[in-house]
Amino acid sequence: MSWEVKDAETNGVGMMMPPDPADDFGPEPGTVEIAGNVPGEPESWRPPTMSRRAFLRGVICSGVVIASSGYLFSSNKAHAAAKQTDRLITLSVNGRKHRLDVTPNETLAHTLRYRLGLTGTKIGCNRAECGACTVIIGDQTEYSCSTLTMRAQGKEIRTIEGVAQNGRLHPVQQAFIDELGPQCGFCTPGQVMSAVNLLEKNPNPSVDDVRQALSGNLCRCGAYEHYLNGVMSAAKRV
Amino acid sequence: MTDMMHIFEMLQPTSLDEAVALLDKHGKDGWVIAGGKDSLDWFKDRVKKPEYLIDISGVKELYGIQDKGDHIAIGPMVTLTDLSQNKLVRDLFPVLADAAGRVASPQIRNVGTIGGNICQDTRCAYYRDGFPCYRAGGNTCYANTPTAMNREHTLFEAKRCVAVTPSDTAPALSVLDAQMVIARDGKLRTVGVDDFFVGPEIDIERMTAVERDKGDLLVQIKIPKTWAGSRQYFEKVADRQVWDFALVNVAMAAKVGADGSIEAMQIACGAVQCTPRRLKDVESLVVGEKANADLEKLVERVAARGAKPLNYNQFKAPLMSQLAKRAVRSLSA
Repeated sequence: MSWEVKDAETNGVGMMMPPDPADDFGPEPGTVEIAGNVPGEPESWRPPTMSRRAFLRGVICSGVVIASSGYLFSSNKAHAAAKQTDRLITLSVNGRKHRLDVTPNETLAHTLRYRLGLTGTKIGCNRAECGACTVIIGDQTEYSCSTLTMRAQGKEIRTIEGVAQNGRLHPVQQAFIDELGPQCGFCTPGQVMSAVNLLEKNPNPSVDDVRQALSGNLCRCGAYEHYLNGVMSAAKRV
Repeated sequence: MTDMMHIFEMLQPTSLDEAVALLDKHGKDGWVIAGGKDSLDWFKDRVKKPEYLIDISGVKELYGIQDKGDHIAIGPMVTLTDLSQNKLVRDLFPVLADAAGRVASPQIRNVGTIGGNICQDTRCAYYRDGFPCYRAGGNTCYANTPTAMNREHTLFEAKRCVAVTPSDTAPALSVLDAQMVIARDGKLRTVGVDDFFVGPEIDIERMTAVERDKGDLLVQIKIPKTWAGSRQYFEKVADRQVWDFALVNVAMAAKVGADGSIEAMQIACGAVQCTPRRLKDVESLVVGEKANADLEKLVERVAARGAKPLNYNQFKAPLMSQLAKRAVRSLSA
């Protein structure tokens, strides 16, 4: 919206007036003919060929891009001094190498979700307190929300997307389904990663080992016992 | 609610010389990042905004646990998981291994380092939220007012600031007489554990002898074998068993004679004052005694003597006495 002084926008005394918002939006909404609108029914701004879900996803995604681009591409002295080559890294995720241009302040959870599209990794608290973002880096579990992507270079990263092999669920995933582990499911990717990591290190864990291994993952539905049973029964199948 | 982090430049030195040189250059606007869990919280809250991050994870000299004859040398970049599972540490200093194994959560211990654990800043919520308190360079303590939430604050030695040491490994290192090696300007100096942790009467704006703005870097932790193989005990009480910082923790090392009498003992509590608090009264009281119900009663009486609780942390004094009592009780079995 411009504030240029035009003849039409000054009143008789010569004061500047803001432009009429209606000018920017074209004619009154009620007069627009949109193909697909049924006469007599309230009209929709959604294009008729698009599903409600796809439309909402588009709106959300564009919001995310706009909101985060201000941070990602903003500049200060330190940023200006950084060399472009410093930002180009190779990230090894689920056995595939990705060449990425990341900023130093980007967390691994952000990179996985918003650059690589691996949205199975959830961001819960974003401060290393809930475990929803747990991934396996090297041979140990870590909170990806509190790991800088640049520091994860050269390490093998495994996310929830890399747990199932050849279209078959990992025994932990199957056991969680069988034992009704997930309720809302938000913590489940993190719980699976912790459990998978445990069973790789210790195929015959005791109940206490499992409790200890999953202790860094919160479940606000309180399905801890279900997850515990799930890992114990998965241990028999691995 | 957390924010996107500000933009900084990441410097990744690969040798100790390089790291020290970078710290000298960027002392004031630099920030050393080891495990990085606490650091990122500071940045996400936008309370600290350093321009340069010095990532010391590539510095090989800062890793490893070595037996050096009369002492063992621990690199500050050793993770808490490695420390708690290391056989040498488990055998000689179980109190340190237990303390390292009780920090935060498994995922945090996998990356959190022993150096970061002892150098971490206090958890006072007012200070962390960016209140301009004494510790942040202001002239008020927001945690010591009639309505302040000071359940987790200090019992002893409050000098304007009432924040406490949050570390679990600090009391363990305190009873083991550890020594810290700090590098500055290419020179190394060794600081005893009692001088390493700094209270508000010495400097209200830092908690350790590591002076960040002068380019200090902790390069080694030495533990003499004085207390190796002695009877040791660690216990931590927190609101949650995982993640949470201690309300009170206790670490003890004691030499017990063949007849069951205590020859020497060092005991310290964390989270009750700005530095790990050695319970000197208890230490002198128990020498020559056998651990039994009578001694426990005496220990309970003197352990928290002199405590000056704030509004909401009165419970810490009896908690501290009970933990000291339990530490002594572990010797009677």
